[in-house]
Amino acid sequence: MDNILELSNVVKTYDQYKAVNEVSFTVPKGSIFGLLGPNGAGKTSLIRIITTITRADAGTVVLNGEKLHSRHPQQIGYMPEERGLYKKMKVGEHLMYLARLKGLSKQAAQERIDYWFQKFAIEDWWDKKVEELSKGMQQKIQFIATVIHEPKLLILDEPFSGLDPINTNLIKDEIYQLKKAGTSIIFSTHRMEQVEEICEYIVLINRGENVLQGRVADIKNEFKLNNFKVEYEGQLPANFAQQFEIIKREDHQVTVHLPEGTPATALLQALINAQVNIISFNEVLPSLNEIFIRQVEGAPSNSLSPQNQSSDE
Amino acid sequence: MNNLLLIIRREYLTRVKKRTFILATIITPFAFALFFVVVGLIFSYESDDKRRIAVIDEGNILNEVIKDEKNLYFKFVEEDLESMKANFDDKEFDGILVIPEISDVMQNSHTIYYYADDQPSLDIEVLIRQRISSAVRNYKIDQLQFDRKELEALDTQVVLEPEPLSEKGEDGTRMTGAIAAFLGMVMGFIMYLTVFIYGMMVMRSVMEEKTSRIVEVMISSVRPFELMLGKIIGVGGVGLTQVAIWAVMIPSLFLLVQLIFGIDPSVYQSNSPGGGAAAGFDPDDMEAMMALTMSELSNMNWWAILPLFVLYFLGGYFLYSSLFAAVGSAIGDDLGEGQSLTLPITIPVILALYIMIAAVQAPNSSLAVGSSFFPLFSPIVMPARLAFGPPVWEVVLSLSILIGTSLFFVWLAGRIYRVGILMYGKKSGFKAMLKWIFTRD
Repeated sequence: MDNILELSNVVKTYDQYKAVNEVSFTVPKGSIFGLLGPNGAGKTSLIRIITTITRADAGTVVLNGEKLHSRHPQQIGYMPEERGLYKKMKVGEHLMYLARLKGLSKQAAQERIDYWFQKFAIEDWWDKKVEELSKGMQQKIQFIATVIHEPKLLILDEPFSGLDPINTNLIKDEIYQLKKAGTSIIFSTHRMEQVEEICEYIVLINRGENVLQGRVADIKNEFKLNNFKVEYEGQLPANFAQQFEIIKREDHQVTVHLPEGTPATALLQALINAQVNIISFNEVLPSLNEIFIRQVEGAPSNSLSPQNQSSDE
Repeated sequence: MNNLLLIIRREYLTRVKKRTFILATIITPFAFALFFVVVGLIFSYESDDKRRIAVIDEGNILNEVIKDEKNLYFKFVEEDLESMKANFDDKEFDGILVIPEISDVMQNSHTIYYYADDQPSLDIEVLIRQRISSAVRNYKIDQLQFDRKELEALDTQVVLEPEPLSEKGEDGTRMTGAIAAFLGMVMGFIMYLTVFIYGMMVMRSVMEEKTSRIVEVMISSVRPFELMLGKIIGVGGVGLTQVAIWAVMIPSLFLLVQLIFGIDPSVYQSNSPGGGAAAGFDPDDMEAMMALTMSELSNMNWWAILPLFVLYFLGGYFLYSSLFAAVGSAIGDDLGEGQSLTLPITIPVILALYIMIAAVQAPNSSLAVGSSFFPLFSPIVMPARLAFGPPVWEVVLSLSILIGTSLFFVWLAGRIYRVGILMYGKKSGFKAMLKWIFTRD
């Protein structure tokens, strides 16, 4: 069994509106998997199906080799984007409550809470009320609550939103450690730089359908655009803009798109001829962000924005 | 431990341990007791305004006899009004009371005059009127030469004593109806308040969970129905705890207050303005009535009334709180916005209260009996009728309908709740809620 999660042809319809349409993907065991998509693409609907909050109308979801059943939530840790805690509860009691709802015994829960309190150096928080904590601190508690029952599958929906860089790194480190310990992690976000940094695999969902999936490295290669970035000294030739398609121009840096078939040397040659002093020259691989935007905007649309209307297939 | 039990435990404990709950539970009976003491003291407060009144009895109706009262002294004077007025010494007298002769004994109105620079207070006025009225009566009896004994025999106090017709009927006394009405009123009112207070508590709590987004976290561990049911049961437990504490504390505090302050319950009737001695409760009668009330209360079939009361409480509470929970899940952030959704729930509760008040006066009217079978009214109307000993079949039928309906409503509310708690943003109306009942998981 290499996959922790396998979705095949999952469909979910709310009133005539297809939130999830024939989505299939697999999450390899022990990987960090990015579930991407613009707002309203159906990510949350998918996650709710995986976490057994709702049921798929059609298709199958297999978790760890078994079809989803009602005891599976104990193997899943889900940190929703819309998260919250009972404000009036004490931190310790709150974690105990959530841990026990996940099926832990009182002693086991106590041990795990102690472990995490030590790890985050927050041993004196037990008697603090949730509302006394800052938002970032609450987020830490939320994270502990999500992983306290040592889930096999961890689903994090925008886990870093609202965190300062220090706490972001702290949580990121924990995510890597959990991965090392064998936890499979689904990471849902639209912050692409985080995906690029963290995820090995992604699936891109748009309008309820999966548009793209695979290894991050493979996808980036597949989507390269023949863009090149030059760092130089001096002035660009006057007719440079007519010769080449400039994508981005900064101080002593220019990014140029070469049409299919034009070798990169043509660009270099032109610059050398104009006696421009070249400092560096790279091919620009597309960021996931660009791929994301391209895929989402190129897709058929029934939204009201006019430039999307024209690209209807 | 099972998840439902964990949820119930949390919902119950967090509320019961709250300082506001402890304060409200303990302070309310004390507030009642304090109110009782203050009202008692006010009623038993006597005027310290001393008055001396000169009496000019022109027709000698009083026959030189009029009793002094505390702070009120009468003195007969021989002078006539004019000379009294001319030499009025405000050190000696505060006012002059003139009682003209009675020219015609058959006249049943007689005007007397009180001369003073300030208005007599109400209690003094009442007292003077009563004194003179009974003196005039005696005067007339003498003038007409009636026999006093014969006259007294004309006043007859009629007592209606209910007696059982067949063996089955219950033997009540003349107090049974009144006591049952009072008890029914109290029970109906408690039901009304608890359904409102705790139903609203459930609704607010559902809304809080929704707006604080904790539901998302919760329902990834438990089923929405468990969460809702756990909340309803937990809050219901809080309600029972509070009512039970009050049921013990309020009566015992009242007794304690009576013992400490020595407030005679009769002051609440006899000293009310205008009532005076004319209200006709002499203390012996009062005591007898208290004894009768006590024996009536102990004659009530408490072993049936109390468990039935708890059953109706549970039925009514589950029915209404599940409706409140469903509405709470649909409202979202703004309580004000939800008014249009809560109104249809509060209307039957208020209607039931009025029907209950009518039912206490006519416990076997068709309105009362009919409402006992209508589950939205029965939790408030039926407890009020329990003290009158309604037929067993009525109680059984009414309870079965109530319990069946409340189970159905809990299920229905669960269907609405599970969709509602995940709907953010705009408020949803009844149409949407109706649709949610039928949406699939």
